[in-house]
Amino acid sequence: MRLPCPLCGDRDRREFYYQGAAVTLNRPAPEADADAWDAYLHLRDNPAGETRDLWYHEAGCGAWIMVTRNTLTHEVLGAELIEGVPA
Amino acid sequence: MARLIETSPCAGLLPRTIGAVDLSEVEPAQITLIAPFKGQQAAVSDALDAALGLTFPAPNRATGQGARAVWSGAGQALLIGSACPALPGAACIDQSDAWAIVRIEGADAARVLARLTPLDLRPEVFQQDHTARSVLGQMPVSLTRVGRHAYEVMVMRSMARTLVQELTRAAQGVADRIEPSI
Ligand SMILES: [Zn+2]
Repeated sequence: MRLPCPLCGDRDRREFYYQGAAVTLNRPAPEADADAWDAYLHLRDNPAGETRDLWYHEAGCGAWIMVTRNTLTHEVLGAELIEGVPA
Repeated sequence: MARLIETSPCAGLLPRTIGAVDLSEVEPAQITLIAPFKGQQAAVSDALDAALGLTFPAPNRATGQGARAVWSGAGQALLIGSACPALPGAACIDQSDAWAIVRIEGADAARVLARLTPLDLRPEVFQQDHTARSVLGQMPVSLTRVGRHAYEVMVMRSMARTLVQELTRAAQGVADRIEPSI
């Protein structure tokens, strides 16, 4: 498996650390209710199809990236730097 | 009073020749990590150019001859082989004693490295002055192509012995191959 790092280009999976679903980028407001925080911390979808997750290019450039891939076909559709993603 | 004797990271390990590759230690006078502050990269590049005649490298590239700037990750580069000029637009950290640098040179150099790293090292892809952060075996490395059949591998100093061991073993494997006769 190779991931397209926006800085480094196509790189082997072993250079990356997998963090999880990209929903963690959407942090609830501090005053959000318990349900919102419960969902943010613990509840994850298990999508069959296109999904977005966070990877850390640990042994590469050190950037966090968001990878779009398809869990049915294993196709990797693209990646972008988290730095450029509006919060 | 104790007298401390300075030794290089690969002291006692290199140089050595295995088959068609030579392994040798590179000992630059100084290594400085340069990390430009937000929006300052162009100014830092200009200051480096004025002082040393080299620019701040783009991702996956190295610049300069003699003193070199080697991209070493998102928003940072290593200045190798020169004192660091005053760069008000960047954080500059002396890392001279932090790195071990091994030069691997010879007709089989890319073949040896290909046994250890997942990088695409085909000469048309990984060209002279191309650099990459990647892994070599289990170690994070900085790998730069410095010549037609020459590369420099950088690891944290504590991993010098493992680096030499990995390169030696891989080089032996390549050297021991029996090419099938036609
Ligand atoms: Zn990268």
